[in-house]
Amino acid sequence: MRRFTAALFLLGLGVMIAAIYQHIDFSNTAVNAGQAINAVAAEETGAANFVTSVVLAYRGIDTLLELTILFTAAMIGGMVLGRRRVDAPRDPDAGFILRTGADLLFPLLLVVGLYIILHGHLTPGGGFQGGVILAAAFFLPLLARPGITLIDQRVVSLVEGLAGATFIIIGLLAMFDGKEFLTPLLDKGELGALISAGTLPILYLAVGIKVGSELAGLLAHLAEAEALD
Amino acid sequence: MDILDNNTILYIAAFGLMLIGISGIVISNHLMRIIFGIALLEAGANLLLLLSTYHEGASAPIIVADNIPTMMADPVPQALVLTAIVIGVGILALALSLAIRVQRAYGTLDMREVRLKLEQEISDEAGIDMPSSSEKPDDIAKVPLNSVVQQESGS
Repeated sequence: MRRFTAALFLLGLGVMIAAIYQHIDFSNTAVNAGQAINAVAAEETGAANFVTSVVLAYRGIDTLLELTILFTAAMIGGMVLGRRRVDAPRDPDAGFILRTGADLLFPLLLVVGLYIILHGHLTPGGGFQGGVILAAAFFLPLLARPGITLIDQRVVSLVEGLAGATFIIIGLLAMFDGKEFLTPLLDKGELGALISAGTLPILYLAVGIKVGSELAGLLAHLAEAEALD
Repeated sequence: MDILDNNTILYIAAFGLMLIGISGIVISNHLMRIIFGIALLEAGANLLLLLSTYHEGASAPIIVADNIPTMMADPVPQALVLTAIVIGVGILALALSLAIRVQRAYGTLDMREVRLKLEQEISDEAGIDMPSSSEKPDDIAKVPLNSVVQQESGS
């Protein structure tokens, strides 16, 4: 009975989506904000990657709120999983290939992650993507050798808090300057140079470190969850 | 293949992912499959968001060496999806940690069994019988249910 109602519901949903698709001309949208931003972004923010301009300059406060969502998810994840018992059984070490691969990939992933974060205003990439790669770099050794402590949890929270504070302080500095919260400051520099776009690379670095440490902490919590008997 | 141009295929992919995800959430009883359904639904929603301002032949909104393309894609949905993906990862991790707790508390990830055990726990705590229909046939339904309850109160 439940399956029948579920199938009926899905059928109705499919018909509804098909009807919506028939009636809306998706490819010719009425939203012009994107084209307007493309026209002025290079001059206003000095970043060659307009997605970065949108993420950090035009809707920077949204990005701050999204970081808050991620922070809340990581915090609740830690709360739900709780502390492991001292005598809880652990998974055995992984095989030779995964252990060697983790050792080899760790420095490589660190470099790639930092490269992607620091070039976020020039090339595709940025704090979110690079931060996830950083988190993967710190998670891989945990998969290979369950039970090792790569970095202290307190250090991770400290780094995470500092990165978040940097983001907010840069936003507040703009207010001291008489502008709105999170307005890009400093010299815009030459378009396409590594040191350009004012405070945007610093903001993206803060985002990258915050996302990286948060996800690394969350994944470490998941990996630390007691092995089921 | 004249009817299926690139746009239509992409839209079918987006809606299809969403439908598969929703059907996974609605139909399946296993918690892991429900979580994978959420992940698929998320992927479909992200793809739809990107497609909403997609133009055939538009290049990425990035200037390389002062070479400004004639038509660039809209950066706004890309920025939205960029953050949505990372938040999706956070939500998935949170859902998985909740699933770990369920597995630890009830020893199963099958939602039917979890629901039964949850109801039994509540009734035991309140000291009442398991909720059931008043018109249920006495001898059929009572036998397995009572034996379970007696086992629990006996131990």
